[in-house]
Amino acid sequence: MYNFDVETPVTVADAVAAMAAEDAQALGGGQTLIPTLKQRLASPSTLVSLKGVAEMQGITRDGDSLRIGGATTHATVAADGSYPALSALASHIGDPAVRNRGTIGGSLANNDPAACYPAAALASGATIATNTREIAADDYFQGMFDTALEEGEIITAVSFPIPQAANYQKFVQPASRFALVGVFVAKYADGVRVAVTGASNEGVFRWTEAEAALSANFSASALEGLSVSADNMIADLHGSAGYRAHLVKVMTGRAVTAAS
Amino acid sequence: MPKDTGIGAATVRREDVRFLTGTGEYTDDITLAKQTYAVFARSTVAHGTIKSIDTSAAELMPGVLAVFTGEDFAEVGGNPAGWLINSRDGEPMKEPKRPVLAHGKVRHVGDAYAAVIAETVQQARDAVEAIEADIEELDAIVDMNAALSGSNFVHDEIGTNQCFDWGWIEDNREATDNAIKNAHHVTTLELVNNRLVPNAMEPRASIGSYKASTGEYTLHTTSQNPHLTRLLISAFVLGIPENMLTVIAPDVGGGFGSKIYHYGEEALVLAAAKRLNRPVKWTADRTESFLTDAHGRDHVTKIELALDKDGKFLAFRTDTKANVGAYLSNFSTATPTFLHGTLMAGNYTVPLVYVNVKAVFTNTAPVDAYRGAGRPEATYSIERVIDKAARELGMDPIELRRKNFVKPDQYPFASAAGLEYDAGNYDALMDKMEEVADVAGFAARRAESEKNGKLRGFGVNAYIEACGIAPSNLVGVLGSRVGLYDAATVRVNATGNLSVMVGAHSHGQGHETAFPQVVAEMLGIDPAVIDIVHGDTSKIPFGMGTYGSRSLAVCGSAVVRATEKIINKAKKIAGHMLEASEHDITLADGVFSVAGTDKSVTFGEVALKAYIPHEYPLEDIEPGLEETAFYDPANFTYPSGAYACEVEVDPETGKVTVERMTAVDDFGNVINPMIVTGQVQGGLAQGIGQALLENTSYDENGQLLSASYMDYTMPRADDLPMFAVDHSQGTPCTHNPLGVKGCGEAGAIGSPPTVVNAVIDALQSGGKDVTHIDMPVSPARVWEAMQ
Repeated sequence: MYNFDVETPVTVADAVAAMAAEDAQALGGGQTLIPTLKQRLASPSTLVSLKGVAEMQGITRDGDSLRIGGATTHATVAADGSYPALSALASHIGDPAVRNRGTIGGSLANNDPAACYPAAALASGATIATNTREIAADDYFQGMFDTALEEGEIITAVSFPIPQAANYQKFVQPASRFALVGVFVAKYADGVRVAVTGASNEGVFRWTEAEAALSANFSASALEGLSVSADNMIADLHGSAGYRAHLVKVMTGRAVTAAS
Repeated sequence: MPKDTGIGAATVRREDVRFLTGTGEYTDDITLAKQTYAVFARSTVAHGTIKSIDTSAAELMPGVLAVFTGEDFAEVGGNPAGWLINSRDGEPMKEPKRPVLAHGKVRHVGDAYAAVIAETVQQARDAVEAIEADIEELDAIVDMNAALSGSNFVHDEIGTNQCFDWGWIEDNREATDNAIKNAHHVTTLELVNNRLVPNAMEPRASIGSYKASTGEYTLHTTSQNPHLTRLLISAFVLGIPENMLTVIAPDVGGGFGSKIYHYGEEALVLAAAKRLNRPVKWTADRTESFLTDAHGRDHVTKIELALDKDGKFLAFRTDTKANVGAYLSNFSTATPTFLHGTLMAGNYTVPLVYVNVKAVFTNTAPVDAYRGAGRPEATYSIERVIDKAARELGMDPIELRRKNFVKPDQYPFASAAGLEYDAGNYDALMDKMEEVADVAGFAARRAESEKNGKLRGFGVNAYIEACGIAPSNLVGVLGSRVGLYDAATVRVNATGNLSVMVGAHSHGQGHETAFPQVVAEMLGIDPAVIDIVHGDTSKIPFGMGTYGSRSLAVCGSAVVRATEKIINKAKKIAGHMLEASEHDITLADGVFSVAGTDKSVTFGEVALKAYIPHEYPLEDIEPGLEETAFYDPANFTYPSGAYACEVEVDPETGKVTVERMTAVDDFGNVINPMIVTGQVQGGLAQGIGQALLENTSYDENGQLLSASYMDYTMPRADDLPMFAVDHSQGTPCTHNPLGVKGCGEAGAIGSPPTVVNAVIDALQSGGKDVTHIDMPVSPARVWEAMQ
């Protein structure tokens, strides 16, 4: 680790001000960032901890919408239960230590191509609220570790419309237990959304053919005849592109079955 | 003495109190006055020529006390190989020098070429980044076939990447070839025994210190064998007289083989401590552990099994390439040869065995013994090819094995691979396995799995290992450069408690509990008054340490011999005290009595008399009660077992789940069944890890792709089923006083082929024409095999 300063703002305004420092870096739960710093792979001048920002904490339900503060931990989401599929997803991120430190805002800001939350946000058509604006999930995810966030912009909350039915199926990469392929299926009155994480070199993506088929018939059998192209799928020592493409279909089917 | 404390009692491990309450003292917990810190500059390329190393900027960094490079150690010795292997043509193996710091070339990613000593770790790390090393990258030699055929060498001075080409048993080569040529049936299998990273929980760490006033050095280090480390440093590397070097291995958080060896970091901290006249500590981080701990396995093998029409084995022939990595680690040449080739007859009466092993240098981390060391490789090859043969011949895999087992009336049995098995009963183990594993109920369980859309497979294995390493005279003939005895001193203190100094080192094996059980049983006293002292060369007799499931069989035998001497002397003292002949004295329950009388003295009274020798026959008996014994075994010990595994395979994803795992082992007599069960469980976890999860992967440039827990999969609790472990079928070892065989490695030896056999059985049951999948049998590999 290199030396750095730490700022501990208690309001979003103070956090934004602190982020104006050169090479400042927002710190959520630190479950990715701290190991990165320990490996000396990053050298921010200032870490701006968002943990103490009260308005970024906690979960509120407003009708069919769930608003989760950006600094809310996975453990808090897991325990909530208002959106069961989302809570189930949160309950399987990392281990208890990760879940009690890691935050939804941190995960979405990092946008690891194998993280779980991006699949939930994209499949739910969530809205990512920042200190300056609201961003639709469809506009937010822009590729591996890439998002619509501007320099210094902070995720203050994420709003999820609660679906009629939903399920997340994660086939784990055995070592990291991130998603080798994770599929989140969410069924709304106006259609079904399917988001896939872990599989693509482009990061989280929607499988639109499956969405169309499932919107017409919300059953695993609706996927018969569909196939996922292996083009641009991740290939590494845990699995080939073809294997990942295959798993996308298998996991989608299982998610639909579990949700139905 | 209550029978719940001596031999055979499942006494809880006394050392666990400090381990589980965080009060153990590991090397990194030790801070010496004026201590400094070392950090190493390590190669980021697998193969390169060191053109220059400019340390001038680093030397000026805050807190920096010294910077070392390979140049500083050019004149000192290399870290040697402990075993000389001769090739088939009689030529001795190639032994390129392994320097303290890389000199001239770097040969694997992580190879240290410089070290900074500073006041703090952070300062040392900062200064390492300021070292300017001009290293010209060369093509990496990673693949063993390419290494053997190319003209690009890891060590230019030897002009080859082949360390040796070894044949065993060379005199059987032609007969084996003929047997295979003429056999009714030959089953052939090509397989990879995957490279493993040991991943001890505690990374390696060392503190060198030096006392200028006396010239004495002390090395605190993570070692399984402090005397061996001292010997290597003194006799080969730095030339420090042995009596001027104390090596202390305090609590050590796991070794699995990787802490047998002497590493350059140990020599560096000693040399730096002398130069600075201050202690120097180095603690590896996890990345350094991945890159520089000696790895395990990494064999590529073709095995052939010849059978007659009735399924009798006629011959095993194997052709193995064994990766030794960039340098020869201390036992890297013994592991693929005499710990592997000699086991290639397995539990079987097969008359002919021929093993060819070519050891190959590559630009990868050194490879050496890892839990099982050669024996898992042998067992995997044999037991996989037998399974394939059974399938080809349409025979039951258990029956095929039974048909070829050495039978109980055949001991001592001279195996076709050159060992003499002293005792065993493989059919009894198989019987017990069939019972414990409920083989009869498998069909119903398979039907249930199929109902759930899963394929269920059953795998079986029979193994034998050679443990209790090892008879010095025998291994000397075979090329060992060390003896493999062990030693113990039993010191009875004046107040009747005991300190037992042992050469074995306990880093998870439970010696502090098990050894006192032995002594307590012999003396008839409470084990709580007996303490084990280990790990400090200034306190213990010269022992060879802990590996190869040898501690109890070898060092435990030394403990027995020393305790026998104590009893003999104590009887003399008691005889004097009771005015009787020592020959009339009996010892029972801690009391010495004159046979046929009511006269007696307690063990404690005798101890006190030994140290307060008033009215004592000094002309006949020396004062004191302390005895030392060295024990050199007459033979290896031969633990054996029958294992079973049931897996479920998800045909859609290829995911394998281990549903049941049964280990029935013959460890001879058992001192503490709870510790033995724990050792087997740990071995099973590592064996299942190798079979399903652990994938050490280098890319074509020699970069380790699986260099962290993000990509290297250690087995976790939810990867494992509840284990069924049984050791009720012991046949005592015939040549050591306790009749024990050793249990530390069995689980890791017996389980990998069992698991893979079960996976193949599952796939076959689903109509998949899959005869082999290399380990780790990952979901992706299973799925690819099914396509």
